[in-house]
Amino acid sequence: MHIPIQVSQTDPRPMYLQIKEQLRHRIAVGELKSGDEIPSIRALAVATRVSVITIKRAYLELELEGVILTRQGRGSFVAENANLGAHMQAQELDAQLATAVHTAALLGIRGEALVERLREIERDLHENKRET
Amino acid sequence: MSTSLSTNAFCLQDVSKSFSHFKLEGLNLSLPQGQIMGLVGPNGAGKSTTIRLLMGLLACDAGSIEALGLRVPEQIEAAKRRIAFVSDDMRLFGTATLAWHMRFVASIYPEWDEVYARKLIRRFNLRPGQTMAKMSRGEQVKSMLLLALARRPALLVLDEPTSGLDPVARHELLTELMEIVRDDTRSILFSSHNTQDVERICDQIAFIDRGRLVDSRDKENFLERWRRISVDVPGGVTLPRLADVVDLSLGERVAVLTTDNYLPQMHALLEQSGARVQEVQRMSLEEIFVACVMRSRAEVQS
Repeated sequence: MHIPIQVSQTDPRPMYLQIKEQLRHRIAVGELKSGDEIPSIRALAVATRVSVITIKRAYLELELEGVILTRQGRGSFVAENANLGAHMQAQELDAQLATAVHTAALLGIRGEALVERLREIERDLHENKRET
Repeated sequence: MSTSLSTNAFCLQDVSKSFSHFKLEGLNLSLPQGQIMGLVGPNGAGKSTTIRLLMGLLACDAGSIEALGLRVPEQIEAAKRRIAFVSDDMRLFGTATLAWHMRFVASIYPEWDEVYARKLIRRFNLRPGQTMAKMSRGEQVKSMLLLALARRPALLVLDEPTSGLDPVARHELLTELMEIVRDDTRSILFSSHNTQDVERICDQIAFIDRGRLVDSRDKENFLERWRRISVDVPGGVTLPRLADVVDLSLGERVAVLTTDNYLPQMHALLEQSGARVQEVQRMSLEEIFVACVMRSRAEVQS
């Protein structure tokens, strides 16, 4: 089972988060399905050349979030959960909005001003769709 | 092997060693089996002394040392059958070839893995028929690493292994180091200036400066605790005194706080005072290392 995962040290996101997001993405696009086995912690550490403790942390958090489950001595698997895809897309949306909120804060745009800005953008997008 | 999960690959307890111009004091350091530890410190900090004590090449003045469950230096000969050590100042026999060295090491260590050794020759781009004297420094280092790795040691100890290696060789070495800990009974200790390598592959990190252990913990814990917080400070606002702020640099309207124990509640405390949190940055291991050393030196001086 080969799951290409790339960890970059110039990415501002910590390495454990890069691994979590890439595994989540592979599940979201259907490359990994419920019940599929994923590599063991040590196998993924070797494949990505990233410390065991970092992979362990990524797996532990994915487990707590219900994305994967680990059966003692039998490996780790993608969890059986019908809502998984939708749940993860919502999480992906949250992550992108968090980035937007962060950028807005840098520009001094906060609270209601930020919400208003979002409404404007939504309106513009819909209008553009109608025109084309 | 009758080893449990909590077994240490090595353990140094209250170890001290004095030289005329340098002193290693009260060193406590241990590495759980199956993990990689990075020993990081400036030149002359005591990294090599620590490693030489562990390898039984120096005797400590006080304290106790164990490697693979055996007492050092009393039982070091038995321990060394399963420990491989490579240091930057080691030299192989100049007139002998790499193939000769391989036969020599294979005749001493029964765990020698000839198939793996041949694979490493290709990976490290070495010529077994070449004598050591004809090899570049980088090729000599790679030869020593090959001789150590192919012994399949339970504990691999490397003093500055990546210095003198080109980027390709460094990449191959890191790959081989990770391959070792695929087996959860094997462990690695290495000292390095290269905090990027350490940050990537180490499970445990120990910072040493001026003969003292500045900090030692698992890598995730290290990276999770340290943050740099940028805040806007409007006129008339005084920043609250926060615990665990290691460094504070104040501009006229902007302040940057460095903390070694980041908690999300810090935002609320800062914003209550009228300040605005603009950005919270994670820090690289190198930045954490420098901040750690600066704080430790300030503490020693005061």
